Amino acid sequence: MSTADVTTHPAAPWAVSVRAWLRLLRSELALVFGRRRNLALLAVLAAVPVLLGIVLKVSSPQPANGEGPAFLGQVTGNGVFLAFLALVVELTLVLPLAVAVVAGDSIAGEAGRGTLRYLLAVPAGRTRLLGIKFAAVVAFCLCACLLVATVAVILGAILFPVRPVALLSGTTIPLAAGLLRLLSVAGYIAAAMAALGAIGVAISTFTEHAIGAIAAILVITVASEVADNVSQLAAVHPYLPSHWWLSFDALLRSPVDWTALGHGLLSFGAYAVIFCSVAWARFTTADVTS
Amino acid sequence: MSPAARPQTRDEVSFGRGAERDERQGTPGRRPADTAGLAIATSGLVKRFGSQMAVAGIDLAVPRGCVYGFLGPNGSGKTTTIRMLLGLIQPTSGSQRLLGVDMPGGATAVLPSVGSLVEGPAFYPQLSGRANLARLDAADRVASPRTAPARIDRALDRVGLLPVAGKRYRAYSLGMKQRLAIAAGLLQPRELMILDEPTNGLDPQGTREVRALIREIAGDGTTVFVSSHLLAEVDQICSHVGVMRAGDLVFQGSLDEMRGRGAARILVRTSEPALASEVLAGLGLADITVTGREVTAQLGEQAPETVCAELVHAGVPVAGLDTPRASLEDLFVELTGEGFDVNG
Repeated sequence: MSTADVTTHPAAPWAVSVRAWLRLLRSELALVFGRRRNLALLAVLAAVPVLLGIVLKVSSPQPANGEGPAFLGQVTGNGVFLAFLALVVELTLVLPLAVAVVAGDSIAGEAGRGTLRYLLAVPAGRTRLLGIKFAAVVAFCLCACLLVATVAVILGAILFPVRPVALLSGTTIPLAAGLLRLLSVAGYIAAAMAALGAIGVAISTFTEHAIGAIAAILVITVASEVADNVSQLAAVHPYLPSHWWLSFDALLRSPVDWTALGHGLLSFGAYAVIFCSVAWARFTTADVTS
Repeated sequence: MSPAARPQTRDEVSFGRGAERDERQGTPGRRPADTAGLAIATSGLVKRFGSQMAVAGIDLAVPRGCVYGFLGPNGSGKTTTIRMLLGLIQPTSGSQRLLGVDMPGGATAVLPSVGSLVEGPAFYPQLSGRANLARLDAADRVASPRTAPARIDRALDRVGLLPVAGKRYRAYSLGMKQRLAIAAGLLQPRELMILDEPTNGLDPQGTREVRALIREIAGDGTTVFVSSHLLAEVDQICSHVGVMRAGDLVFQGSLDEMRGRGAARILVRTSEPALASEVLAGLGLADITVTGREVTAQLGEQAPETVCAELVHAGVPVAGLDTPRASLEDLFVELTGEGFDVNG
């Protein structure tokens, strides 16, 4: 019946397939964002700036040079910096954890539940399903980063004064331009997380135990962060997945330090391409026995 | 053994996409037989997992329009075969065609015409039955989103789940879960339904319902390939059977052919069993067994009426005489072996 619909429909075949793609993507997004566990993760992500804001408001620490995470000292002077602070704090663990859960669950979760065999027998198409899964992970990364930034800015505006943004290079830019920079920073971090998500999706294609995939992604994240802090390994630092995560401060200079930013984006892109290829090579040939 | 692969006439009309793409892939020597009339045709299908031979080169021939019972003990390779047919796992060697289309290469073209239930139901526990079907329908490239709600409700209605369509899958009973999986296969009109143990875990009532549903699906002209280890089930709904044993297809043919395999026996009820067995032995019947007042033997070439006359003539008081057909279970055990020998 539906096959007949498609053939008698005047729409071009590509339009039909784009529509079919979007339909599955919508279903996937509803699944990712409808899951209570994922909503809880987003709630934790949103809670971090709230906690930071309240703690800073209550204790009003003296700006101590070089102590604590970056931007800690600026927050009480300008609420906008709560967003940068929150992103830096969450980048160390909470954000990668959330991405690991969603990415690690992507294929392994379906396999473990057994729904993968039904999706493939539909047939959803292995390449298509993998593409949809990665797209949903990217959407989650973007949503997570924007959520943190938005909550932090709103709370920062409530708790602290909001002024034109003094950049790290010393110049001050208007508030609107500062918020635009914040948006770019959120985008940059989302790209970093999407690269981690690609690693996660790839690992997820090798197992039917989502928890194993999630653990593996976290181990990789922590190992990368540790290795990045061992000066003897300086030679490999630029190639570590987490090395360029904090380079978003290049966006907070005037002029913007495009070199560092470019390196970071290149690294994320390379990781995404390599691990999406690994995931594709594995997933399109693997025997689905779950 | 040679499969009785006769296309059924009522089915010639329902030749779908498969028939148009019937570029006959010549596997020289192996099977020049006409595979176009077959819903499922495999040739030398092998699956090896490491050193374990799960499926050892089987030639399935499932005629269109039949209800094919795929029998075998647990672990005999039924599910592995089904997974290969659906393109979930790659065969180690051999070829397979579904509705005339090569698998797994033609999966995109042919699988929309195939409904399946593989190794039990599997759905998202947090979603309702209806939402679960919507999810599967969304995955279908050729399904129209416009007709989706109506098709989903019709499928739910056919398996009797419409009243609980809004309930979470988590809260479903095993029978409801099983029926939801069948409903997923009914989202589209199918030419072939592949059902792996559809009555597994169901209570007698649920089993009856599923059996009725299978009959109904087959009544629409859909070919049904149903795997089972429940012989009564196969006996009641199938027209054809294939029997697996340790990865091998040890029998394939119509149910009548399978029954014909059983050696004819004779059963005599008498108060003089010793005398009766003597007479039977005198007639040259083999495998004579006496249990209480019953004597059974292999009939061989003898006609039952001759045996009866001889018995009466010899003065055996014949209280009853029967030529019991071998039960399907006997035939099955004969083919697959006794006991729990799992193919390791």
